[in-house]
Amino acid sequence: MSDFLTQTVLIATVASAIRLAVPLLLASLGETFGQRSGVLNLGVDGIMLLGAFGGYFTVLRTGNVWLGLLVGVLVGLVLGVASAVMAVTLQAEQGISGIGIFLFGLGLSDLLFQRLVGTPLPISSFPKLAVPGLSDIPVLGEMLFRHSVIVYIAFLGVPLSMFIINRTTFGMNIRAVGENPEAADSLGVSVTAVRYATVSIGGTLAGVAGAALAIDLGIFQQNLTNAAGFIAVALVYFGAWRPLGVMAGALLYGFVNALVLQFKTLGIIPRSWSDIAAMAPAIITILALVLVASRFRQPAALTKPFTRGA
Amino acid sequence: MKRRRNSWVAMAAVMMLIVAACGGDGDATTTTASESAGGASAESFRIAIVAPSASNDLAFTQSIVDGVEAIRGERGNVQVAITDGTFNVDDAAAALRGYAEDGFDLVIAHGSQYGGSLQEIAPDFPDIAFAWGTAADTFGLSNVFAYEAASDEGGYVMGVMAAALSETDVVGVVGPIEVGDAKLYVDGFAAGVVAEEPATTVNINYTGSFSDVALASEAAQAHASASADVLTGTAQMVVGAVGVADELGMLWFGTQANQTSLAPEIVVASQVYRWEVILREILTNIDAGTLGGEAFVIDFDNGGLVIEYNDGYDLPADVRQKADDTIAGIIDGSITTG
Repeated sequence: MSDFLTQTVLIATVASAIRLAVPLLLASLGETFGQRSGVLNLGVDGIMLLGAFGGYFTVLRTGNVWLGLLVGVLVGLVLGVASAVMAVTLQAEQGISGIGIFLFGLGLSDLLFQRLVGTPLPISSFPKLAVPGLSDIPVLGEMLFRHSVIVYIAFLGVPLSMFIINRTTFGMNIRAVGENPEAADSLGVSVTAVRYATVSIGGTLAGVAGAALAIDLGIFQQNLTNAAGFIAVALVYFGAWRPLGVMAGALLYGFVNALVLQFKTLGIIPRSWSDIAAMAPAIITILALVLVASRFRQPAALTKPFTRGA
Repeated sequence: MKRRRNSWVAMAAVMMLIVAACGGDGDATTTTASESAGGASAESFRIAIVAPSASNDLAFTQSIVDGVEAIRGERGNVQVAITDGTFNVDDAAAALRGYAEDGFDLVIAHGSQYGGSLQEIAPDFPDIAFAWGTAADTFGLSNVFAYEAASDEGGYVMGVMAAALSETDVVGVVGPIEVGDAKLYVDGFAAGVVAEEPATTVNINYTGSFSDVALASEAAQAHASASADVLTGTAQMVVGAVGVADELGMLWFGTQANQTSLAPEIVVASQVYRWEVILREILTNIDAGTLGGEAFVIDFDNGGLVIEYNDGYDLPADVRQKADDTIAGIIDGSITTG
């Protein structure tokens, strides 16, 4: 245990937790918008995978990580709109259509990878940014302020999401549509337009999350996300549909993962316990989910399609 | 209106399933065939592979695909069908049964996890030869061959080199789950390190996943924070760890396939599986009418295991000599890897 309680290892653990949290945070922030308006999208992982491939392939061909991120945005936006068409216009059962989007993303991302790339090839990663002034703070500076640029972008998304959901007319409409779409409709709010917008935002952020993951890792591989999109959906429940709660969940999941990795590396967790320890992040997140979910109420219209005048 | 909407949903679902079936988990099937060396009248020998990850994963699955391709190059009249990406065992079982029903001459179940399924399927097709790896058990069935790699041998050699090259006297291992081929390699690596430099610390991290690239990447970061300057790892998720090693200037030893292309400046060497060595024997058996009942191992001695060095890395001559001496010692039995 004394090996763990060194400055180097503690800094590395927190930094690792933050890196692991980033794709989850981006995807779950996006999913928060959709769920607050009453739409559950289980296809987040599929969108992440296509965003990841799009971002990876773009960087592989151009060497430009920002162009790669932009492609992740566009891929996510297109799939977000497609998700909205199914969930809002066609009123497909949201769980099933989400699984469909996931399978589509899983299959197409692998197909494109096999056809266009083949063997995994490394690409450039996002540049590291030491935040002037803050990165020089002892210990904290290294933990929090010497990360890839995408890390800061992801965490800036939290106050931005809070502002949009809690302080803008659009946010008020999102909440109204998610709680009582009939009442919102009677007040002149277009339920369809709001849900299209939120599901598209969710898709866009899922695409960004995937691209961020692939570009930060500098590689793409079949099923790169490893079900991170499903964890992101669970984190929205964990976070009680609030951006701050979602961030806390993503950080908790990342931290437990990072802690387990450090403990295993240093032999604090015996190898015979290795497989059980690997389940710790999921178990702890589920326990936290159970505790949190019992205290907060989900949006009343979540998963319920809306038909005007029905 | 409702019926029309349902039609659109159904159409969208069908399109998704079609695309999902073209790639992804357990569905990427490709078939390649070569021209018959003996002319159009020669009957093709048909080999099917069912494997867990992508055919070009630079690791476990690629090793068997490369092996079968080598056989195809040698024999000429060989057709190869591949179903890769079958992390899901049920998908793999369906593919195995499908190939057997199609009358393939040899159906390869390339994954320890497929053993239970194969044990159920093989008795239903007594005229079809199956091969299962990496494993040593044929279940007592006369139509199942087993094959495995003595990956501890290559692991041991890598360990000797890693200990010789480490300046911090700390080396790290990124493993998936402590089973089969991965465990053999990791245990061999650790034994090689200790044999060369008993004071060197070997930190071993089994992430618990064969496919989580992000976790493998962070495991490599954890090793770095524990002062490791040389890393190795096994299974397809190590591409994440190689990236970190490259970024931080740590050395990397690969296994299962040549991983130099992932990081040409820091990959020292890779243990490469040449499954064609035992596939030749399996095909000879099948040609003679024996469809199974025997287990095979690739190792340094039979040439199924080779160490491929990265020409782009300037390996000190004395370390290369240690590696060569170790290989010779393993072959003549003067060095044991356990």
